[in-house]
Amino acid sequence: MEIHYLTAHQLKDILEKKQISCTEIVESVYLRIEEVGDRLNSYIRLEKESALSRAGEVDKLISAGSDIEDFMGMPIAIKDNICTKNITTTCASRILENYIPIYNATVIDRLESRNYILAGKANMDEFAMGSSNENSYFGTVKNPWDTDRVPGGSSGGPAVCVAAGEAVCSLGSDTGGSIRQPASLCGVVGFKPTYGMVSRYGLVAFASSLDQIGPLTRDVEDCAAMLNIICGYDRKDSTSINVEVPDYKSFLKADIKDMRIGVPKELMVEGIDREVKEAVYRIIKLVEDMGGIVEEISLPSLEYALSVYYIIAPSEASSNLSRFDGVRYGYRNVEARTLREMYRRSRAEGFGDEVKRRIMIGTYCLSAGYYDAYYEKAQRVRTLVINDFKKAFEKFDVLISPTSPTTAFKIGEKMEDPLTMYLSDICTIPVNLAGLPAISIPAGLSGSKLPIGLQIIGNVLREDNVLKVAYSLEKAIGFTGRPGL
Amino acid sequence: MAVLRGNLMERISKDDVKHVAKLAELEFSEKDIEKITSQLDRILEHVANISSVNTEGITPTSHILDIKNVFRDDMAEQSVTQESALKNAPDEANDGFKVPKID
Amino acid sequence: MKNEYEPVIGLETHVELYTNTKMFCGCRLSFGEEKNIYTCPVCLGHPGSLPVINKKAIEYAVKIALALNCKIKKYTIFHRKNYFYPDMPKNYQISQYDLPLGVGGYLDVDIGGYIRRVWITRVHMEEDTGKLLHKGTTGRISESEASIVDFNRAGTPLIEIVTEPDIRSPEEAREYMIVLRNLILFLDVSDCSMEEGSLRCDANVSVRKTGEDKIGTKTEIKNLNSFKFLQKGLEYEVKRQIKVLEAGDEVIQQTRHYDSKTGTTKALRFKEEAHDYRYFPEPDLVPIYIEDKMIEDIRKTIPELPSVKAKRFEKQYSLPKYDSNFLANNKDLSDYFEQCCRHYNNAKNIANWIMGDFSALLNKEKMIIKDSRVTPENLCKMLEIIDKGKINSKIAKSVFEEMFSTGGNPQKIIEDRGLEQISDEGLLEAIIEEVIKDNPGAVEQFKEGKDKAIDFLIGRVMAKTKGKANPGIVNDIITKKLS
Repeated sequence: MEIHYLTAHQLKDILEKKQISCTEIVESVYLRIEEVGDRLNSYIRLEKESALSRAGEVDKLISAGSDIEDFMGMPIAIKDNICTKNITTTCASRILENYIPIYNATVIDRLESRNYILAGKANMDEFAMGSSNENSYFGTVKNPWDTDRVPGGSSGGPAVCVAAGEAVCSLGSDTGGSIRQPASLCGVVGFKPTYGMVSRYGLVAFASSLDQIGPLTRDVEDCAAMLNIICGYDRKDSTSINVEVPDYKSFLKADIKDMRIGVPKELMVEGIDREVKEAVYRIIKLVEDMGGIVEEISLPSLEYALSVYYIIAPSEASSNLSRFDGVRYGYRNVEARTLREMYRRSRAEGFGDEVKRRIMIGTYCLSAGYYDAYYEKAQRVRTLVINDFKKAFEKFDVLISPTSPTTAFKIGEKMEDPLTMYLSDICTIPVNLAGLPAISIPAGLSGSKLPIGLQIIGNVLREDNVLKVAYSLEKAIGFTGRPGL
Repeated sequence: MAVLRGNLMERISKDDVKHVAKLAELEFSEKDIEKITSQLDRILEHVANISSVNTEGITPTSHILDIKNVFRDDMAEQSVTQESALKNAPDEANDGFKVPKID
Repeated sequence: MKNEYEPVIGLETHVELYTNTKMFCGCRLSFGEEKNIYTCPVCLGHPGSLPVINKKAIEYAVKIALALNCKIKKYTIFHRKNYFYPDMPKNYQISQYDLPLGVGGYLDVDIGGYIRRVWITRVHMEEDTGKLLHKGTTGRISESEASIVDFNRAGTPLIEIVTEPDIRSPEEAREYMIVLRNLILFLDVSDCSMEEGSLRCDANVSVRKTGEDKIGTKTEIKNLNSFKFLQKGLEYEVKRQIKVLEAGDEVIQQTRHYDSKTGTTKALRFKEEAHDYRYFPEPDLVPIYIEDKMIEDIRKTIPELPSVKAKRFEKQYSLPKYDSNFLANNKDLSDYFEQCCRHYNNAKNIANWIMGDFSALLNKEKMIIKDSRVTPENLCKMLEIIDKGKINSKIAKSVFEEMFSTGGNPQKIIEDRGLEQISDEGLLEAIIEEVIKDNPGAVEQFKEGKDKAIDFLIGRVMAKTKGKANPGIVNDIITKKLS
C-alpha cells in the first residue's frame, strides 16, 4: 500500500523499525498533494518548506535515540479556523485573507509539544458555515470519491486530506456536524468530543456554545490517539472541563457483548436515503451478532433540533463575527470615507453570502421584540433535547444513527436553497445541542461507490463507550475502500 | 414580545431586513434585499415550529456543562509587543489603529 | 416661576478598579503610557481568543456592592452587549444585564442640614473600552478627519453604579458623588480620579412640577467629569428643560453632551441608532455563584466607612460634628489623625492643625497627607512643645513650615534656630523697662484708659525678642508696671 494511505500508528511502527524516515513520509504526502491537490482544492495554504525542515529535525531526534511518540513527525492538516502563530488563518474568508495570528491555539501548542508537522491549512466553508464546502472564498473542495460531488462541510478540506492521502490525519471543528458529516461523505473517521473536553482557545468562534475541535483520521485507533493529545483542561478556556483525561487508546477493545445500543427513530425517518438506512440496518444485525442489544427509542424533541440550532448558532455567530470590522485586522474597504461606511462595505465585501445570511438571521433573532420568541425559546427547547438524551442514556450505552441522511450530493445541487442544505445536518445537530461525544465511521459504500457513515453517540464524557463500539464495528465492517484517484 | 408564525403569520419585511442589516453593519443592494428577504422568511418560517413546543417550567440552557466560578488569579502575564498588536492593522498612525471619520 | 419645578435626577457612575490585571486577561492596567503596549489577543479581540474572569475584580465589585448596602445576587452571569464602535475590540462589551451582582442598596448623603437617601438600583461589572484620540486641530470627534484607537485601557475592570431617580437638585448630585467617591476610596479598590477618568458619571435628568408624582421626559447628560461640571451641567440642563416646558414645548428624549467651555449641554450631533444592544448570555463564560462564605470574607475586608467613622470620632475624641465629618470623609486625613491620637491626647488640637495650617500647605503644594514629610510623631511633639509654653503659636507656624519642607524634628528646629519662647520674667522685665522708656506716648494712652495701647507695647516687646517672648507673661508684667 502507498505510504500516503497508511495510518499514523502504522507509520509509527515502520518508523520504529527504521524502515522509513519522517522526511520520506512528508515527501510522500507532498507528492500525493502535487498529484491530486489541484483536483481537490483541499488546502488553502501548504507549509511544505517548513514541514520538510521540521521532518529533518524529527529524524535527527529519532536517530539520536528519542522515543517515538504518537504523531511525532506526522504531517497533519489543520482546518483554517484554528489559529497558527505567524501562519495565515483565513477561515476561508476574504475578510481574513491576510490575517496572521499572533498566537497559537491551545491544540496547536499541544501538537507542537508532540513534534507534529503542520502539512498545511485545510480548506473549509467560510467561518465553518456550510455542509458542502462550497462556501469557501478559496473555492469549492471536491469529493475524492467523485469530484463532481461535495465532500461535505464545513470541515471538507480536513476530511478530503485524510481520505485522499494528503495528510496522515487532520483537525476539524464541529458545530452542528462539521467534522462528522464530511467524514461520512468522504469515508473517514471523524470525532466530536464532549463539549469542553478540547480547549476552544484559538478556534475562531462560530457558535461558542456548540463549537468543538476534533480529529479526522483513517481509523478509530488514530482517532483515540489524537484525543489523548488534544483533550484536557485549559485555563484559557472558561468552558473547558477540569477532569482527568483517560487513556482513550485503552478503550480500543473489540467487545460489545451486552452493550445496550439505542436507535433513535426520529433519526431514521423522512429524508434518509434508502441505501443509508439499509446500511444502518446491516450494522444493527452485526451488533446483534456480536452480542450487543439493540432497541429503538424515541426522542420526540429531536423534531425541533434543527430549528433550535438555526436560531442559537446564527445568534451566537452574529455576535462572534462582529469583531470583523476592518479596524484591528482583516479586510478593509479603503475607499470608505466614514467609519460606518467602512464597517458596512468591509463586511459586505469581506463576508460571503452564507455568512451574511446567518449574521442576518442571528441579529434578527436577538433583536428587540424577538429575543424571547426566538433565542430564549430555542434555549428552552434545547433543554428538552438535552433531557431526551439524558433519559435515553439511562437505558442505553450509546445511540446509533446515520451520520448524514444522504451520500455526497452534486456540487451546486443545494446552493440555491439554504434550507435544504441545512437539512444535511439533521442527524448530527442534536448531538451538539446536548454537548455529547459522537463519532462517524465508514459503514460501507453505496451502489454508486460513495461512502456511507454511521454515527455513534455517547453520553456526556462517555467517550469510552463511543470508542469501544466504534472500534468493534470498524473491525466487523472491515471497510477498506479508497477513492479511485 | 413578537408572536411567532404558526400563531400569527408575521412575515419578515424588506424594511425589517434593512433594519437588521443596519444593526449588523452589513449592506445589500436592492436586488439582494429582495432575495435575502425571501430566504430569511423561509428559514424563519421553518424555525418558528418551536413556538408550538410547550416549555412551561423549562429553564433555558445557555451552558450544557455544570461548571461554575471559573476564575483566574489577578496575576500579570506577558502582553504582546506593540509591533505584534499592530501587525495586522489595515491602517495605523501614531502607534494606534487608524479609523476613518466617526459618523 | 422656577420654584414651581423640581428636578428629578438619577446618576450612573463608572468606577475603574485598580486590580493588577484586566477583567478578562492577564494584561496589566495602564496609566497613560505608550499606546497599545498592554494588549494581548483577548483584549484586542483577536479571533479565537477567550475571556477568563479576574477573581479579584469580582471581590472588589462585591466589596463595593456591600458597602452600598446592596443585596448580593447568589447567581450572577455576564451578558454580551452588542454594538459597533471602534474602541470596542469585539464590538460587544461583556457586561451584566438582568442578573447584576448587587441590587437594592442605598447611600445616605448629608446635604448640610438634611440626609438624602439615594437608592442604588444596581451595581454591576463590565469591561472598559479602549481610548479614541481624534486627529485634527480641536481634538473633537465631530471635527476630526480620522481617529486613532489605543487599546491599553480595553478590558479594564469597571463597576457601574446606577441610582434610582432620587436626587432632587444639582447640588445633591454633586454631594452624592463626593460621598460615593470617598466611600470607594475607603474601600481601596479604585483611585477614583475624575481627572484620569477612573471615576466617570452620566446623569439622567428630567423636571416636573413640584408635587407631581409622574416623572417627565428625561435627557441623558454625558461628560460630567468633575464635581463642579456635574453641578454646573445639571444646573444648565434643569434650567434648559424648564425653559422648554415654559415655552409650551416638550423635552425631547436624547443624549446631550456637557461642554465645560460654554457651560452648556448640546444634543449629540450624530443621531444614535435606536439602541438595540441584543443582550444575550455570554457563552464563553460560566455562571458565578457567590457563596455566603465569600460574602462574609469580603465583608471582613471592608474598613470602617466614613459615616460610621464620623460618629465614632464625635464620641471617642469628643470632636465637634464638623471636624468629625471633615476628617472622616477623607481616608488619608482620618488615618493620619488617628495615628496622631496615639501619641498625643488633645484630639481637638490635632484636628485644628490638620484641618488648618497642614491642609492649607498640602493644598498649596497639591499633595496628599500620606506623602507629606511631617510624621504624626513630629506633629505631636510640636503640639507638646506648644503646650509646655516653649513656643507660641506664631513661632509654631514657622516651625511647622520648616517641618513641612524638610521633614525635620520640631525640637531640633527650635534649638537650631533659637526659637524657644522667653518666659524668664527677669529677662523680660529688663526688655519691658526699655520699651516703656522708649514709648512714652503709648504709656500715656494706656494710662488714659485706651486698652489698645497695651497691644502696641506687647508688639514692641515681641519685635525686640524676635517673637520669642511669652505673650501672656509680657502682658502681665506690663499691666503690673503701669497700673
